[in-house]
Amino acid sequence: MPALPLDEAGQYVAGAYLVFLTLIVVYVAIIGAKVSRIDRELGELVELAEEEWR
Amino acid sequence: MYSKGFKPLAIATVVAIAVSFALVFFYAPLDADQGFVQKIFYVHVPMAIVALCGFVAGGIMAIKHLRSGDRSWDMRSYVAIHLSIILGTGVLITGAIWAKASWGHWWLWDEPVLVSFLIVFLLYCVYYPLRFSIEDPDRQARYSSVFAIAAGAFVPINFAAVRLAEAVTHPRVLSQTGGNLPGEMRLTFLVSIVAMALLFVTLWKLELTAKNASMQLKRLRTTLELRSAT
Repeated sequence: MPALPLDEAGQYVAGAYLVFLTLIVVYVAIIGAKVSRIDRELGELVELAEEEWR
Repeated sequence: MYSKGFKPLAIATVVAIAVSFALVFFYAPLDADQGFVQKIFYVHVPMAIVALCGFVAGGIMAIKHLRSGDRSWDMRSYVAIHLSIILGTGVLITGAIWAKASWGHWWLWDEPVLVSFLIVFLLYCVYYPLRFSIEDPDRQARYSSVFAIAAGAFVPINFAAVRLAEAVTHPRVLSQTGGNLPGEMRLTFLVSIVAMALLFVTLWKLELTAKNASMQLKRLRTTLELRSAT
């Protein structure tokens, strides 16, 4: 198959790189949300522990 | 929460990815045969190599788990396999895009490289139902490790079998002649592999940190509940 013209090839290349970046961004966002949930729950537990010891 | 070396590692990863993208689009020459579409090679192939290495690494960590009985190795193995599956998804999608652009088809069923990667990917998709169908944590870790070792051993065998296959449309990158890549393309490809490997290690550490923190939080909650009950 002959090489595609630049404008058509550009769409495929952009699509491939966007897939890669989207996967990474979604993954980091999910882990980030998980870490912030852990952080919030840890704060609640610290408050709970302080109330227990008062 | 994060270990000391995490921040420099994350910065190195971002820099490596930026450098690799710059090399791909401003340094590496256009392929004489495929033209601009060949740029997909620099994201697709490193992702495939790192994903397959991640599967094998998951198997090695599983061996460490079975030998030591330390469940943290099972968690490391699980995270490595999990990340490799995510990269594997990327490999299949970018591969389909590249195939459509250069061969005119999204998928070719008679192409050993494509089908063998799909088989490895589907094999590892079985890992999740296997792992999460077992409630007892020790049994879950043990069975998952056995699976990770068996599947991890299958990856290089599968790779070797594909190399022995004769009819191949898919280009060969890792050959004894260096895949016939010119100097600029080879450098760009190597930098892309390093960037992808760094990305894998960074994300692996990130998820592992989140998993460990989550487990410690659970233990802390249980301890506090027990204390308040007595």
